[in-house]
Amino acid sequence: MTLVLVEIDAGGVIEVSRETLTFARSLGDLVDAVVVGDLGDAARDQLASYGVRTVHHATGEAFDAYAGAAWAAAVQAGLRASGATHLLAAGTPRGMEVLAHVAAREDVPMAANVLSAEGSDPIVVTRQVVGGAALEEMRLAQSPTVLTVAGHAVEPRPADAPGAADVVDLAVDVSEADLVARVVSTEEPEPDLSGGLRSARVVVGAGRGAGSADGFGELLELTELLDASLGVSRVVTSLGWRPHHEQVGQTGSRISPDLYIPCGISGAIQHWAGCSSAKNILAINTDPDAPMVTKATYAVIGDLHEVVPAINAEIRRRRAG
Amino acid sequence: MTNVLVCVKRVPDSTSEVVLTDDGQAVDGRYAGFTTSAHEECAVELAAQVTGADGGEATVLTLGDDDAVEQLRSSLAVGCHAATHVVAEAHRFGPADVAREIAAVVREHEAAGRSHDLILLGNDAADSGDFQVGIRLAYELGRPVVNGVNQVSVADGVVTAQGAGPEGHETYRVPLPAVVTVLEGGVEPRYPSVQGRMKAKKVAIEQRTPATEPAGPDRVRLLLPPPAPSDVQILGKGADAAPAVVDVLEKLGVLSR
Repeated sequence: MTLVLVEIDAGGVIEVSRETLTFARSLGDLVDAVVVGDLGDAARDQLASYGVRTVHHATGEAFDAYAGAAWAAAVQAGLRASGATHLLAAGTPRGMEVLAHVAAREDVPMAANVLSAEGSDPIVVTRQVVGGAALEEMRLAQSPTVLTVAGHAVEPRPADAPGAADVVDLAVDVSEADLVARVVSTEEPEPDLSGGLRSARVVVGAGRGAGSADGFGELLELTELLDASLGVSRVVTSLGWRPHHEQVGQTGSRISPDLYIPCGISGAIQHWAGCSSAKNILAINTDPDAPMVTKATYAVIGDLHEVVPAINAEIRRRRAG
Repeated sequence: MTNVLVCVKRVPDSTSEVVLTDDGQAVDGRYAGFTTSAHEECAVELAAQVTGADGGEATVLTLGDDDAVEQLRSSLAVGCHAATHVVAEAHRFGPADVAREIAAVVREHEAAGRSHDLILLGNDAADSGDFQVGIRLAYELGRPVVNGVNQVSVADGVVTAQGAGPEGHETYRVPLPAVVTVLEGGVEPRYPSVQGRMKAKKVAIEQRTPATEPAGPDRVRLLLPPPAPSDVQILGKGADAAPAVVDVLEKLGVLSR
C-alpha cells in the first residue's frame, strides 16, 4: 500500500499532487490518499479518477490553522489506518515540511525531490540534488519509505480504472506540542507577487543583460503585450534592480509556463533550476554558446535592447493590421 | 538578550559547471570554488539582526572539512560573535547525522552555561538538498520548529517568523527556545566591513570532533544528468529576427488578444 499526502486548493487537487498520485501508481501497490482540512466533492472525484482507493480525511480544530507537526500527526494516523509501507508527497514547501516531520517522528530517512524509483528491497530512488544539476541514487531500506516527488517528474495521468475514493474520517492524536508552531495569521498576497509568476502561462525573463535598473522598459512592455509575468535571475535581485519576488531559480520561484522568454540570461544552474519545467523556451542572448541558448527551443542571437523593441513593434504592427 | 546559533554549510559554488569526485560520492568544488548557500547567508543576517537588536550573542556553527573555516570567518565578519567548527567530511553525514551533531553542540554549550535560545538554519542545503535537517534537529532537542520563513524577529521571549504560504503571507509566533529554517528573500545579507573582517580574524574558533560516528546519507552514488541534445532553432540575429519571433508566438498561441 502507498499513501500520498494530497494538497487541495480552491481548484481541487493541485497539479503536483496529481503528478504524485500518478508516480505512486507506478510503484505497483494500491494507492490511498491522506487529506488534511477541506476536501470537497470535486477533489474527491479527482482522487477517484486518479485511482485512489480510500481517502483518509483529517478535520477538526487542530487543523484550522496550519501546523507542520499537527499535519504530520494526521499523516501518521493515515499510515496506521492504511497500513501503507510507502509515503509520498509532492515536493512543495508543505509536502517537504510535513514529510520531514513524519520521517523524524518515525525515525526513518526521507528522500526529497525524487524523479524515479526502482527495485523493492530496498527501493533505490533517483533524486535531484544541487538544484537539479546533479542526481543522487539513494537507498530507502526502512519502512515506511518516505519521499517527495519533484515537480514535473511525471505527467499527471488519471488511472485506467478509477478508484472508489471512499472517504474515511481519521482519528488523529494531536498533542499540545504539535500546535506550538502554528500559523497565527495569513495575509492575502499582493496581486503582483510571485503567485502570479508561478502560474503564469508566459514569462518574460531578464538577466544581467538588462544592464541597469532602468533597462527594463522594453521588457515590461513585452510582458504587457503578451499578458505575461516578469521573472528575473538572481543577479538582477542581488544588484537591487528588481524585487526578490520576481526571482526565478533555485532560491526563487520555480515556474512552468507554456513559454519562457529569457532575455540576457546566461542560464547558470541557479536559474535553470527554476525554469527547466517551461514547455518552450525562446532565448534572446548575445552569446550563441550560452547554456540558456543551447537548452532553448528557439533562440535569437543579439542584444535584448535591440531585439525586444523590434519584437514589440512587430506585435503592435500585426495587431494594428 | 537572545542568544542565536546559526548553522551554515560550505557548498560548491553552483553558478558554474558541476563536477563530481571520482568515487561519485560528492560534488568536486575544486574548480568552481565554494560558497555559503543563499538561504544561509540570509540566516546569518537574521542572526546578526536579532542579536544586534537586544545585545545577545550570535554563534555560527558548521560541520565540514578544515577549509570550512572560511564560511565561519565570513559569518564572523558580518555580525556573528563566536564560531564552532565540527571538523568532519560533510558528505559522509546524512541529514539525521548532521541534526544529531548540531544537537550535541547545543547540549554541550548549554551544560557549559551557553544557551542557544534560537537556532537558525537554511531551509535546505544548496548541494545535498535534503530539506529536513532543521526539522530533525527540532525533534532531537524537543523544540518547536518553523520552516521556510524569510523574516524573523524576537521580543519578550517569543520569535515572530514570517514567510510565504500557499494562501498568502503567513505569521508564526513561537516561544523560545525554538528552531527556525530560513529562505532567501526577506533580508539583504550585509557586506563585510574592513573592521568586520579584522575582527573576524581574531576570533578563536572552537574546534570539535564529531560526537558520534555517522550512519551516512544512504547514498549509492551521485551522477550527472545526461546533457540534453541541443536542438535549438535559431530564429535569426538582432532586430531582423523579430518577424520570425512573432511567427513563433502566433504558432504557440500566446499572441491571442
